[in-house]
Amino acid sequence: MKEATRQKLTTYSVVSGPFLWTIIFLFIPYMVMFTYSFYLKKFPTFVPAFEFVNYITIVTDPQYFQVLFRTAKIAIIVALSSLLIAYPLSYVLVFKIQSKQLRTALYMAVIVPLWVSYLLRAYTWKTILGSEGVLNSFLVWSGFLDAPTDIFLYNQFSMVVTLTYIFVPFMVMPIYMALEKIPRSMIEASKDLGVGPIRTFLNVTLPLSMPGVIAGATFTICLTFGDFVAAFLVGGPNGAMIATIIQSQFGAALNWPLGAALSIVMLVIVLTIISLSDRLERAGRIDLD
Amino acid sequence: MTNIIEIQNVSKTYPGAIRAVDDLSLNVKEGEFVTFLGPSGCGKTTTLRMIAGFEMPTAGRIYLAGEDVTDLPPYERKVNTVFQDYALFPHMSIRENVGYGLKVAGMPKSEIAPAVEETLSTVGLLDKADARPGNLSGGQKQRVALARALVRKPKVLLLDEPLSALDAKLREAMQVELKHLHQKLGITFVFVTHDQKEALVMSDRVIVMERGNIVQSGTPDELYDHPASPYVADFIGNSNRLYGKVVAADTDQVEVQVGPHKIRSTPGQSRFSVNEDVLVTIRPEKVRILNQGEDPGDCFTLTGKVQDILFHGSSCRVEVEIEPGTLFDVDVQLALALNASNLPASGDDVVLAMNSEIVSVFRLSEDTVR
Repeated sequence: MKEATRQKLTTYSVVSGPFLWTIIFLFIPYMVMFTYSFYLKKFPTFVPAFEFVNYITIVTDPQYFQVLFRTAKIAIIVALSSLLIAYPLSYVLVFKIQSKQLRTALYMAVIVPLWVSYLLRAYTWKTILGSEGVLNSFLVWSGFLDAPTDIFLYNQFSMVVTLTYIFVPFMVMPIYMALEKIPRSMIEASKDLGVGPIRTFLNVTLPLSMPGVIAGATFTICLTFGDFVAAFLVGGPNGAMIATIIQSQFGAALNWPLGAALSIVMLVIVLTIISLSDRLERAGRIDLD
Repeated sequence: MTNIIEIQNVSKTYPGAIRAVDDLSLNVKEGEFVTFLGPSGCGKTTTLRMIAGFEMPTAGRIYLAGEDVTDLPPYERKVNTVFQDYALFPHMSIRENVGYGLKVAGMPKSEIAPAVEETLSTVGLLDKADARPGNLSGGQKQRVALARALVRKPKVLLLDEPLSALDAKLREAMQVELKHLHQKLGITFVFVTHDQKEALVMSDRVIVMERGNIVQSGTPDELYDHPASPYVADFIGNSNRLYGKVVAADTDQVEVQVGPHKIRSTPGQSRFSVNEDVLVTIRPEKVRILNQGEDPGDCFTLTGKVQDILFHGSSCRVEVEIEPGTLFDVDVQLALALNASNLPASGDDVVLAMNSEIVSVFRLSEDTVR
């Protein structure tokens, strides 16, 4: 066998595994879903067709539009509140904590919850925010409230709290990396040029850490968009997210074609967000070497 | 001339009790080009960073132009730094980098633009004003860093090993350029380097540092010709190191017995006593190989056998065995040697002549090199 042929065969054999995996378990299911989205519902199943009815329903029926809008709103609020927690935390970790061991330990403390079951972490908030929960017990005990209240749970607030808690590591990680990559000399150079700490942060540190912020926002928004467990556990009647609706279309509502169409819409939205963020990041890409 | 920098008994101790700078005092005159020279860990960079304000001294005071700046943050000091890695802002153009300090200070745009352009043309980079740092070569980045520091018209320019990332040719060119820039601008330069050649070429005064303190401070030729310790002799240039015993000592001359040879040293050597063990250092290029039958004149002589001749380009190093097991290096400038056509060959017996003024003698206790 010729050397070139052998090399080619090696390359094919290495690549073919992942390639086949992607085809069979990602591409084909997406295509199936895409096909279903044009089918028609006919109780109790559905019939093959090529109609845009499902998409038209999504656009015209305010119910779906509202859920999409709510999902987007919650995703953005979750991203913002994650940012408000993650940025100061990462900043303190990178710039204010001198001891390397302590810094690594605190960073790990942020990451470690990712190893705990997602369900468990979402469920925790039910026990904290519930009417018999930790928060209520504390407020009653301290005399702030006369009786337990149910305003903390089963609404959009509890969903934002839960989702922020769950996704904050995905915001911390890229911001921490971005801040850590900034050479200390660059911050010193700014101060050396007569610029105080606040303006140094606004003019140098913040712009140089933007790639991390964009990556973190993309993670949290996309993850929130696809979440239905938090909605299910702590969301309540007004907490339905797009993923909740899709799940019910494939389940109780037994309307696979509409569910497929909703999935495709969601996929398009998420892909749009990712490509936008990729473009943003590329435009602001900074060579830190 | 007045002192622009006064450092009084400054110490810097890092957590873990690492004493980077130990009770250092120093004055720098206005307009001087001073270089801190020493190996890594000698405290030179820490001293510079304390002048800039990036490190706070554990003890002692620092004055800039008569004002006590010890407790001032870097952004309130009238000094600017050129960083080793240049530290240019990657998200700003060259023009924005240079104008950054002025803009934040609130200078009107109409004044920033000419100031930036003037400084950029001083360093010869006006045509790159709108480029990003990522698109510049190392030498160009170096010039931008310089322009950015100079545009604020600092009283003192601090340079932290700014040339160490450049290749040898460019580094030599930048050394000359920095020296000219210093002469042209007339502001004080404080330069940090571990490269002794760089220090000798550029500086008005070189401060050799070791373990957080000053070992010797003087003009490049003072340091070279009269090193204060074996450490300085070893760090700057090359030296032959010979161990011997003092056989005669009077007010201004000592005589040291090294094997079968007697070595004389003249100026200010009254501190030694007879029978003391000493270290003698002699620069290899200050020694002459005598022609056959030539009269040494005022010089004293050593005899030996040539072991090897090493070609160094513009010069040749002749290794002479002056006693069994002891090699003595002599550097011969080839231009001179070829004219006289007196380069010896391996195995020749030679007579080495040297003036007693170029010989330095040290107590063994002063020898921190070994």
